[in-house]
Amino acid sequence: MATPGPARPNESDWTKPAAKAIPKGGYFEDKVERGRYGPIFPQTPACYGFSVIAKLKPGGEAHLYNHAKVIEKGIADNPTLLASLKAHYLRWVIFTIKGDSYMMYQGIFDTDFDKYCEDASFIFGQSGIKSAFEALEGWPEDYATNPASIVKFFREHQWPSFLEYSEHPYVSCAEIKGALKLKAAFADMLDLMQ
Amino acid sequence: MTILQQPPSVSTEDGTLELEDIQHFLMSRPPARAARYEFLTFRNAACGRAWLTGLIDKVGTARAVGSSLVDSRWVTIGFTWNGLQAIGVDEVSLATFPEDFRQGMAARADILGTTGANHPDRWVGRLASPDLHAIAILFARDVAERDRCQKEHERYLEQCEGVEFLSSLDLEALPPFDYAHEHFGYRDRLSQPIIEGADVEPTPGSGPPIKPGEFFLGYPDEDGPAAGMPQPGILSRNGSYAAYLRMEEHVCAFRNFLAEHGETPEQQELIAAKLMGRWRSGAPLVLAPDKDDPGLGADPQRTNNFNYGETDPHGYGCPLGAHIRRMNPRDTAVNMNRRKMIRRGGTYGPPLPEGASEDGIERGIAAFVGCASLVRQFEFAMNVWANDPNFHDLGNERDPIFGTQDGTFDMTIPKRPIRKKIRSLPAFTTIRGGAYFFLPGIRSLRYLASLSDGQ
Repeated sequence: MATPGPARPNESDWTKPAAKAIPKGGYFEDKVERGRYGPIFPQTPACYGFSVIAKLKPGGEAHLYNHAKVIEKGIADNPTLLASLKAHYLRWVIFTIKGDSYMMYQGIFDTDFDKYCEDASFIFGQSGIKSAFEALEGWPEDYATNPASIVKFFREHQWPSFLEYSEHPYVSCAEIKGALKLKAAFADMLDLMQ
Repeated sequence: MTILQQPPSVSTEDGTLELEDIQHFLMSRPPARAARYEFLTFRNAACGRAWLTGLIDKVGTARAVGSSLVDSRWVTIGFTWNGLQAIGVDEVSLATFPEDFRQGMAARADILGTTGANHPDRWVGRLASPDLHAIAILFARDVAERDRCQKEHERYLEQCEGVEFLSSLDLEALPPFDYAHEHFGYRDRLSQPIIEGADVEPTPGSGPPIKPGEFFLGYPDEDGPAAGMPQPGILSRNGSYAAYLRMEEHVCAFRNFLAEHGETPEQQELIAAKLMGRWRSGAPLVLAPDKDDPGLGADPQRTNNFNYGETDPHGYGCPLGAHIRRMNPRDTAVNMNRRKMIRRGGTYGPPLPEGASEDGIERGIAAFVGCASLVRQFEFAMNVWANDPNFHDLGNERDPIFGTQDGTFDMTIPKRPIRKKIRSLPAFTTIRGGAYFFLPGIRSLRYLASLSDGQ
């Protein structure tokens, strides 16, 4: 019997770089998986992720540059602060179009955002990330008590990729960390054998 | 009077539980050995309200059930969203209920993972039908009392023209009665959340008390004061959502699987324990990794007192994908205080004797999961904990007991030096029906009974 959702890539070959072209709209029509808050954007060789783009409120740019240091310190003080996001990378970018400033928040995750979106919303409050989003037009005022409103904002401001590529397809953070731990363990072993 | 003129909901700021207004169902577990669930439809609003009016005084409150030892039957009433509509709640009010409840369980089957053999198209008892409006849940001290109450309700229904049965399910505890267990033989009811303000002595390992707003509407929850409650406040206050699941257990398939993967009775018991995370005696693998310890399983002071992150991080005792490790990851998941649920229910169908072959009779567990947010609590548990193949980076696994299995998923059992991997796990269970109910408070039941058409 066929299993719903995207094909499971766990048997894929990480040594073989791979790219995936994504239809307009961000979904493969014949295998859209429905999450608790809406359809789930498909996994690609470059994992799950999103690119959220929203216009900054007036004064938002200065606020964000200052606020970057707050988040930097938050994570330095507690390196596991964002662990439950299962993120590889998060990128915050400011750009301008015709004099207006916009922010792009791009995340690469091992799991689709829908699964752990409430955890993400709780983290926003704890880590000060929320304050970055408060600089965006359209950010829900009731986000602190209504995780669904954050998901809705992300979905409405998400611009799906049309092409994604990875040099090491479908590899998770846990696998990367496991490989590095193994490398360190082998190095220790070789030291002990000297 | 329109609902907009109702006084706004007043949240009890200090979170003191209004035990006389809360249905007992999620608060107390009476000493019942039999139960009956009756699924009903209302032909029109007036008949639904008439039926409700005559039953409200029979509903056990958390205060009464908690304090009485003489009762021998306990009644609970719940409504689907369609049922609230059918009994006369107006559109403005109906729209204030969350989307998950409005849509109902059947419409969210793919989110829950109830696909394939578990799909609502195959459900029994017309539970997937929009005609399902209400449930009357009866727990009784024994089968004789259950049957007496059933006849009484039958006679009452004869007077309530326009209220009709869709289906019913009888439940009985499985012998031996000295401990709760299900058809596979696992001891049940070993861990449950502690509600702040409820008069319950927590057993070690239960975790910190959880704010009442995680289970009952109108109270502060783990995030702060109650927010976004359905309106009017009198309708939602002291209510809870209850997700109902009727889960058939394939006892022969389960026993055959154990026989296939264990040569000796001891090896078979170990396999059963690895699937569950506990020995069938209830002893947790984290505390008894190599050998069953029935004394531990039966001791409420010890059987729940463990964690995973420190004691068993790699799953050498309790596999990462075992049922109890998925359904309650304890210290290995964040925000556990926002994911707690209260389970109620029982077993249905006759026990299958050891060694007996498949008899074609359906047997299983029919249970309710009580919570304040179906999407955040129940649906998260189903979507992520039970059915996310990549939970804990396992890659291609689902809950071996409770997840949607179709022969394409595996089960990893960590073991030194090399893990054991069971490929193509069969389905030991099938969801045969389900629904989302709202269990109103007592004042809310009276409010519903007092509505008039068009209100």
